[in-house]
Amino acid sequence: MPIQKGMEVSIAVSEAVKLANVDVISAYPITPQTHIVEHLSELVADGELKAAFIPVESEHSALSAAVGAAAVGARAYTATSSQGLALMHEIMFVASSMRIPLVMTVVNRALSAPINIWNDLSDIMAQRDCGWVQLFAINGQEAVDLTLQAFKIAEDPRVLLPVAVNLDGFVLSHVIEPIELPDQEAVDRFLPVFKPTLRLDPDQPVSMGAFGSPEVFIEVKKQVEEALIGSQKVAAEVWKDFGDIFGRTYKPVESYKAKGAEILLVTMGSITETAMTAVDSMREKGRKVGLIHIRLWRPFPFKEFFQAIREAKCLAVVDRALVPGGVGGPVGLEIKSALFEKKERPYVAEFVAGLGGRDLTVEVFAEMAAKAERYAKTQKEMRYEMIGVREK
Amino acid sequence: MTEVRFHGRGGQGAVTSAELIALAAIDEGQFAQAFPSFGPERRGAPVVAFLRVSKDQIRIRSKVYQPDIVVVLDPTLMDIVDVSSGLKPKGILVINTAKTWEQIRKDYGFKGRLAVVDADRIAMEEMKVPITNTTMLGALIRAAGITRLESMDRPLDARFGKIAERNKKAMQRAFDETIIKE
Repeated sequence: MPIQKGMEVSIAVSEAVKLANVDVISAYPITPQTHIVEHLSELVADGELKAAFIPVESEHSALSAAVGAAAVGARAYTATSSQGLALMHEIMFVASSMRIPLVMTVVNRALSAPINIWNDLSDIMAQRDCGWVQLFAINGQEAVDLTLQAFKIAEDPRVLLPVAVNLDGFVLSHVIEPIELPDQEAVDRFLPVFKPTLRLDPDQPVSMGAFGSPEVFIEVKKQVEEALIGSQKVAAEVWKDFGDIFGRTYKPVESYKAKGAEILLVTMGSITETAMTAVDSMREKGRKVGLIHIRLWRPFPFKEFFQAIREAKCLAVVDRALVPGGVGGPVGLEIKSALFEKKERPYVAEFVAGLGGRDLTVEVFAEMAAKAERYAKTQKEMRYEMIGVREK
Repeated sequence: MTEVRFHGRGGQGAVTSAELIALAAIDEGQFAQAFPSFGPERRGAPVVAFLRVSKDQIRIRSKVYQPDIVVVLDPTLMDIVDVSSGLKPKGILVINTAKTWEQIRKDYGFKGRLAVVDADRIAMEEMKVPITNTTMLGALIRAAGITRLESMDRPLDARFGKIAERNKKAMQRAFDETIIKE
């Protein structure tokens, strides 16, 4: 039986990639993704992982090479952060519309300017509409588990889409914490060898990424969208299999002390754990506060989200990116528009916090919950409030 | 939960200190978390690293603002950084210094619990380098427990290989020579 060992989350993610028996890794180093690809290059150089490591000249090439590798039937992987992800932008759409199953770890970091290497979600949120399955880890164990699950979701013939596994830069990626790495034998049972539906093969030639004239383009887009929406059902099956083998359960939306809660904090990523501690302390004071966190961001799990918030009178949504000039952050935007179809809906207090690595403490979550409760009482009209800004 | 803040200078291994003790605590079956104060690495600049150790799962990822223990790897930091910032009233300051605890109290007006050890001298004598991160682990364990001294063996072996023994010896000496003033 595997036991929990102390390790850096980045190293654990590279070990998960090794356990997934990838064939090709193409990557360009960028802070704070660096430790993942450094360790993978060591594993390949030491012969511990039999894979091709392609050190490319840019992130644009890193993703392009991964797309090419997956197109010939390889299990392909890459990882990046921030400006690197931004540089991949045009290939992001190519990968999903070509139905390329590959996995990328996004170690979330703010986008410049001002230049900033610290954590927020502005990098992935700028890629929200690229047609990828997007998952968020709240701790190191989830980062490992989601990495393994991502390959199985991506490669399912009903999906055939790229999957991004998001983990917060530094505040999660560079932390030493207890993590259980699964046995290779169990991983092999969970994740069999990749069998591509179609592949580039000189003996059986096919065209991939061909020209799409107006007569076919919209049909392709509809198919990609259906595959993305359908990936949630596949993810549910993958999570069932994973739970059966490894004993850890995963859902698209998770609840924490949400039963009987009138106010629900809504979070994504590793800030969730700090928010849980804030919930604990507010509950001890008799406040009816709980939390939900969204693990599956794309496709957005509407049904599970509505189910998770059905008892709440007020949501305190914590966004770590901004939709400039819009109604708030991307998560708040999503939730508000989702709720529009409901006759009865909770009050939504939308907060933008933690940009560019501003530390989010237990106290800040308590402050947001208290504000949300206050605003809900008066049904205050608000688009969003930015938290912790020094105005003087 | 015990929260620790390490002060050092870039290159002195404050982050490694926090990591090694977290690994030892996890080996013992405790929950632990170690992380640096993230930023571009600058050799010689003041840096901090953080450690949390608990019997229960740790669900907090912000920096440590009110430490139970502060470890100072470099005595010159005492003049430029408020190392006791946020230290809990019953917390302890563990300092690498050639000064006595009386001098530290006098020079810095620090009235709380104090542990002092001349880790520079120990590190020079045992390892021939003025790098005190592993030495100071001995002082930390002496002053505050957290892990058993012998639990450090495995992480030290894994990290330092051939030179692990010298690190262990320096750590043991610091453990023995640390003076604690309640």
